[in-house]
Amino acid sequence: MIPTIGLEVHVQLNSKTKIFCGCQVKFGAAPNAQVCPVCLGLPGVLPVLNREVFRLGLRAVLALGGKPSELIKFDRKNYYYPDLPKGYQISQYDQPLGRGGEVEIELEGRAKKVRLNRLHLEEDAGKLIHDQSPDSSLVDLNRAGTPLAEIVSEPDLDSSEEVHAYLTALKSILRSIGVSDCDMEKGQLRCDANVSVRRTSSDPLGKRVEIKNLNSFRSVKVAVEHEIERQTTAVEKGESIRQETRLWDDTKQRTVAMRSKEEAHDYRYFPEPDLVPFRVTADEIDRERAALPELPKAAKERFIRDHGLTPYDAGQLTQDRSISLFFEATNQILQNPKVTANWITGPVFAYLGANNLSIEETRLTPLLLAGTAGLVQQGVVSLQVAKEKIFPEVAEKGRDPIEVLKEKGLEQVSDESALDVWIAEVIRSNEKVVADFKSGKETAAMFLVGQVMKKSAGKANPGKVQERMRKRLAELP
Amino acid sequence: MDLSRKTAWELAELCGRNTCTPEEAVESVARAVAARDKDVRAYIAFDPKAARRSGKKGRLHGVPVAIKDNICVEGQEATCASRILKGYVAPYDATVTRRLLDEGATILGRTNMDEFAFGSSCETSCYGPTLNPRADRKRVPGGSSGGSAAAVADHTAVAALGSDTGGSIRQPAAFCGIVGIKPTYGRVSRYGLVAFASSLDQIGPLTKDVRDSALILGAIAGYDPLDSTSADVPVPDYSGFLGKGVKGLRLGVPKEYFQEGLNPEVERSVRDAIKTLESLGATVTEVSLPHTRYAVAVYYIVAPSEASSNLARFDGVRFGFRDKEAPTLLEMYERSRGSGFGAEAKRRIILGTYALSSGYYDAYYLKAMKARTLIKRDFDEAFKKVDALVTPTAPGTAFRPGEKSKDPLEMYLSDIYTISANLAGVPAISVPCGVSADGLPIGLQFVAKPFDEGTLFRAAHAFEQATDFHKKLGNTGS
Repeated sequence: MIPTIGLEVHVQLNSKTKIFCGCQVKFGAAPNAQVCPVCLGLPGVLPVLNREVFRLGLRAVLALGGKPSELIKFDRKNYYYPDLPKGYQISQYDQPLGRGGEVEIELEGRAKKVRLNRLHLEEDAGKLIHDQSPDSSLVDLNRAGTPLAEIVSEPDLDSSEEVHAYLTALKSILRSIGVSDCDMEKGQLRCDANVSVRRTSSDPLGKRVEIKNLNSFRSVKVAVEHEIERQTTAVEKGESIRQETRLWDDTKQRTVAMRSKEEAHDYRYFPEPDLVPFRVTADEIDRERAALPELPKAAKERFIRDHGLTPYDAGQLTQDRSISLFFEATNQILQNPKVTANWITGPVFAYLGANNLSIEETRLTPLLLAGTAGLVQQGVVSLQVAKEKIFPEVAEKGRDPIEVLKEKGLEQVSDESALDVWIAEVIRSNEKVVADFKSGKETAAMFLVGQVMKKSAGKANPGKVQERMRKRLAELP
Repeated sequence: MDLSRKTAWELAELCGRNTCTPEEAVESVARAVAARDKDVRAYIAFDPKAARRSGKKGRLHGVPVAIKDNICVEGQEATCASRILKGYVAPYDATVTRRLLDEGATILGRTNMDEFAFGSSCETSCYGPTLNPRADRKRVPGGSSGGSAAAVADHTAVAALGSDTGGSIRQPAAFCGIVGIKPTYGRVSRYGLVAFASSLDQIGPLTKDVRDSALILGAIAGYDPLDSTSADVPVPDYSGFLGKGVKGLRLGVPKEYFQEGLNPEVERSVRDAIKTLESLGATVTEVSLPHTRYAVAVYYIVAPSEASSNLARFDGVRFGFRDKEAPTLLEMYERSRGSGFGAEAKRRIILGTYALSSGYYDAYYLKAMKARTLIKRDFDEAFKKVDALVTPTAPGTAFRPGEKSKDPLEMYLSDIYTISANLAGVPAISVPCGVSADGLPIGLQFVAKPFDEGTLFRAAHAFEQATDFHKKLGNTGS
């Protein structure tokens, strides 16, 4: 059975204010604190397009290799829901801001181009709150009028892994050009998946099922897998697939039927008479294209070429533009791409992941990271001490690594007489291990070196310890 | 001195010279309302204590202006004469409200209208009908701005604002014997006007004479950043067009406007008016607007389509009427809208919903939009030959209550001469040009090029000064 998947991704555009009024777009404000007559849809109000939203959309179209529409026009999508204040959503129907384009994904070293169908602008709806009262629902319209771009792919994906890779690549591009933060937890990236299956690639595409309510990269992946399995089982049993919309239930980890094709809304699209269509000049497009920052794919190629990094490391470091900038700034100081890459993909990523932070949200700077790494380069501390004892202080509090080093007394001990004292103590208290070594068990020496490191609280210079230990053991009768 | 009988420009002069005060003007209007409005019922709400004034001294210093119930005034109910909006208090001022206040006007009273401006007789209001103060109040005042027209004609308002989507200012102005102008689409901001059909709606003044019309339009017109469809075109000093006469003005008489359905008395009066204009030095030629016969049909696709969407926000969720007993969301929508909207509103919502439905869109909405372009081209062509068009405003005079409300189509045809200007976006004015044998006013309509309201004022003023129908109808105290 061959699955075919297409995605409709909604991303929140990074503008300070809403798409058709001057209200702030901020996550986490008190309910209905960021509203005005326009986004509340009060009688008599009119929308006015925020030009910044249009520019962000245009930038996305260009970065994704799409063709911008010459005429910018909006339409009304009519339906009733309590979170939709006007009873229609202002969207773009027959003339989306951009058509075509592609996103390149890489899976197990193989590259694939996922074609895009379109990108259009629209306003978000508000939110219903059901858990405040047993017999009523509340409406929070802070989100109403938040600017969105909907990016629709062609049905070019054929596995949940590809779906994941596509979302990762798309997010990486949109973040790198500053169009959207794509933070799924903050609802800045939402995704609907269209899934169908067929027996062989020469068969026509199967009936399409749309899955909604996918709120994390993980749920997208799991839901798509689940839906492929559900359809495969059904087809194999000889059942037919209904064209329908299904809702992903994240707690029960399954999809449930929402509405069939027959129950689908008739949105009665028509041109939005309150907004006057306008033309995009070639000049405006050229200016926006010229202002595009380096895209992740180009950055990755450059990192491999100029910094001699492995494709894996280069890929890791260029998914997020703020990370690639951080890498380059750190490397400017350290002048050692491999060491810089190891520090960032290792301790830095671990720290960001554990604390759920972006690099901008930490107190870490390229200078501080280079300083920490430099202590190892100069032989002042071991890599282990630098990672475990110094780096956390630096990342959390933005402290100078040398200060941390001094305060904690972590300087590496290379002094032979000091090392010899520890070595002598270890030999004395590990008679059996020493005997093992003497009878030819080579690994016993490593244990003894480890014991010395432990005794020194990691401060002993491991190379030196090994050298002195070997010497001492050889001297033993 | 009965200030309520003054025109706006007279009153602004008096207040400007401190001969009277804005408060005295309000008191005078309040006395007139107390004396006569219980029979006419032009007002839905009239409370001198709720009157608003900015304290600025502008072109409209001290002039009380009545506002149609679909235009927002902060702190006042705006109900569009619909049960579904009863109790809804606007939290902001429409741009026109603010501009009137900035020019020193007093915002006083809210006038009756057809529900959501759906109608030509003021009979679909949830507050009950307004009656025409002319002809012993046995006729409708026209609509949908019937309350505004009746108040101005009855001197219970010095001037009023209305809105015109297919003739809703001009037809009641004609029925009540006053002056009403529908400006060019985009000339006046629609921000704060509860939308009926967004691509057709325009706000305009209803006044006792042409000078007042020019004065008030000058105050409210102009670009508004809050309305993307408002035009960034400078507003000329309209008073400069008054008193210039019509010598050399090229007037066109569209032949399609004098065919079947035109009341002979109205035709005679309009033909006489055209002769008068000729005698004043205008050149008159016959022109053709070949797509005129499609106008009503196109209008009744486009306007209800937009209305069906514009009225979707009246869902009982956030404001206005809600059926609180409804057990489910769907039933809440159905019952709130079902009992909140009147019959004509429902008819138009259903018409528009149907026209926009998938499978019908191309046959109705799309085709109507194409025909609309042809209608607009008719005007472009005509204005290559003439400066303005002269036509009847309405095919007949004010009818009796109930006379046309049984047959929606007949009611729709009472806008047959006014609808085209909305579809084409061009400005048009109605001025009194006669009185029928049974004492009912007859209106003459001038139509001009986009943003050429100046020519409308020039022609209408010359005609008014030459004929004095406004004085014969008692529109001024002098």
